[in-house]
Amino acid sequence: MPTFVYMTRCDGCGQCVDICPSDIMHIDKSLRRAYNIEPNMCWECYSCVKACPHHAIDVRGYADFAPLGHSVRVHRDEEKGIISWRIKFRNGKKDMDLVAPITTKPWGTGFPDLKAEPAPSKEMRASQLLYKEPKYIRMDDGDIRTLKSAGLSLKAGVYY
Amino acid sequence: MGYKTIVEDNIDVLVVGAGLGGTGAAFEARYWGRDKKIVIAEKANIDRSGAVAQGLYAINCYMGARFGENNPEDHVRYARIDLMGMVREDLAFDMARHVDSAVHQFEEWGLPIMRNKKKGSYQREGRWQIMIHGESYKPIVAEAAKRSADKVYNRICVTHLLLDEAKENRIAGAVGFNVRTGNYHVFKSKTVIVGAGGASNIFKPRSVGEGAGRVWYAPWSSGSAYGLMIDAGAKMTQMENRIVLARFKDGYGPVGAYFLHLKTYTQNGLGEKYEEKWWPQLQEMVGKEYLDPEASHLTHRPIPTCLRNHALISEVNAGRGPIHMVTMEAFQDPHLEEIGWHNFLGMTVGQAVLWAATNVDPKYENPELTTSEPYVMGSHATGCGGWASGPEDVSPPEYFWGYNRMMTVEGLFGAGDAIGGTPHAFSSGSFTEGRLAAKAACKYIDDGKAEGIRVSDRQIEELREKIYKPLETYRVYSNEVVAGTVNPNFINPRQGLDRLQKLMDEYCGGFGVNYMTNGNLLKIGLKKLKWLEEDWHNGMGAADIHELLRAWELYHRIRTSECVFQHTLFREETRWPGYYYRGDFMKLDDKNWHCLTVSRRDRKTGQYTMEKAPLYHLVDDKEKTAKAG
Repeated sequence: MPTFVYMTRCDGCGQCVDICPSDIMHIDKSLRRAYNIEPNMCWECYSCVKACPHHAIDVRGYADFAPLGHSVRVHRDEEKGIISWRIKFRNGKKDMDLVAPITTKPWGTGFPDLKAEPAPSKEMRASQLLYKEPKYIRMDDGDIRTLKSAGLSLKAGVYY
Repeated sequence: MGYKTIVEDNIDVLVVGAGLGGTGAAFEARYWGRDKKIVIAEKANIDRSGAVAQGLYAINCYMGARFGENNPEDHVRYARIDLMGMVREDLAFDMARHVDSAVHQFEEWGLPIMRNKKKGSYQREGRWQIMIHGESYKPIVAEAAKRSADKVYNRICVTHLLLDEAKENRIAGAVGFNVRTGNYHVFKSKTVIVGAGGASNIFKPRSVGEGAGRVWYAPWSSGSAYGLMIDAGAKMTQMENRIVLARFKDGYGPVGAYFLHLKTYTQNGLGEKYEEKWWPQLQEMVGKEYLDPEASHLTHRPIPTCLRNHALISEVNAGRGPIHMVTMEAFQDPHLEEIGWHNFLGMTVGQAVLWAATNVDPKYENPELTTSEPYVMGSHATGCGGWASGPEDVSPPEYFWGYNRMMTVEGLFGAGDAIGGTPHAFSSGSFTEGRLAAKAACKYIDDGKAEGIRVSDRQIEELREKIYKPLETYRVYSNEVVAGTVNPNFINPRQGLDRLQKLMDEYCGGFGVNYMTNGNLLKIGLKKLKWLEEDWHNGMGAADIHELLRAWELYHRIRTSECVFQHTLFREETRWPGYYYRGDFMKLDDKNWHCLTVSRRDRKTGQYTMEKAPLYHLVDDKEKTAKAG
């Protein structure tokens, strides 16, 4: 039904409400727990599933074409920088564990402080270069590509 | 209605929509505008918003110049042939010459990019694609944007752009509402960079009922990039150039890694290869210039995607479906099998869910492929969007009016889906376009172009009234009936969306009519669309703030659809067989249509003006041998 929320696991913390890109995870006011208010606008993107601190959210494939009895569970760990998946088939014949890295750095590090960078010169401003260019284009001393350096020129004879 | 009006004033750079384009814009704006006020208005939560919300398994636009792989002009040639010649080559060249610098920074920020251990370069999936572990791609780039911006407003649905009242055709900010509190938000800004999305869900999807959310492009991509810009009077281009995707059936799982890296291939239901047999007929339609299998075989020139779609569609129509992806060979290798699954988990989890539900083990069974409903967008392998200025050192006069990535409305910039004529930008290219737009926006302000902007309270109040009208309509009329959703005075957003999808499908060339339309159908469709728009203005009911969000998403979809109709009607040829067909003009017609189409909707009258714009070729046809792939 796309996503659904287990009654006994959800404590109504609202992390899923906060993250859902489609604005469809809402808190039921009487039960004070989250639920999917609009399954037909759910992309099964798993953003809420990954964000739930209690693993209270799961996905049941779209009723229109997905038979019951399957399971795709996930655990995302920012501290360890990995995401782990478990896929179980309807017929029970396949049960896979898959792990992938999600970052190579401690979470939230590695970003530049652009305000602390030396201010771009007038020449830089007038040029075609962006921040950290030209170095970061080729990671060497090469310059940015222009029509001239590429040996190109406007081809005449365009027709409407 | 007791919603507050919250005004954010004195903004220099307002980024509307923080997907990959918007995050690129916000990030770069800080470098060129260190003292400028940079604000982001995002409909969802920036950490998981836009098309990359669930992640990506590949970066599809990377030159690899540092490894001697490709040059920007190579990419222009590739995009040009894939789109049957129709590319803004200046914008494409500009994006391609900068894109690598974005990717190298992503790696520095912690994005895991796979390496080719033998070569030391990034692991290539294909000539232009590199493979990543991109589950957290979006949170990583969002982090960079958040550090640059002065303020990030999450959960703001931007409905309209503000226009300057001191100077005609100049931007002054944007307005919208908070989808949590309902409050009315006004952003007064010297420049606006539109990073909002293209359009899913305007053509009836193959998925039905509960499954209607399983569309290829994110369901929250509501064509807002186009709705906002068209309403502001910006010129649009190539809006007829919708895209149809060949994907794993029902789950819309991506096929790129399968074709390119796993070396899988397609066959028909009889186990035969089928593509080649359609080439002669297609060559009749489009000419040798665009389809030359022999040349493609000898060089790296690809067969255009739309033509491969045409072969698939034709084969199924000939009764030899379904089309299968032959995975059984590749999946015998455990490493490739793992990649095949990771590929879905990284960007289309729903396909993994579906295969688990239907016991599809690609090691023992070849999964089905099918073609999707059409999508209107400018960042993937198609080029719908705004008519934007190119860079000074590349663009011919007709493509240049002062500031890179600026629309025909002064101070209005775009990135990603918002920019027309630049297909094959994908995530990295969209981010790059955001960066280019941000630098240009800062220059525009520094040049004194944004002085003396005036926005009256009247404009702000009028828009406020418009925004909440669906709530008012519901409040007034809902009690006229006992219960339920059937009301003679209004429709709800879902009912409106269903009507839009049905008419787009039937009259504008959706999957239900095998992507076929013609002048007569388009005119009928436009008439029906006009009624839908009238109903939206006079009879759209929203029960709560969430429905109000859906109502405005529908509005942007309607505005986008109208533009698609106008453009499709204007281009009297079949330029992209496999994306759509003009039954009354079944051939590609270079003599009359080797040009770009440009539209402008008059803000006051709603009338469209269509024109042909020149299609300049900056890059010659000579293709060097690729090292990548």
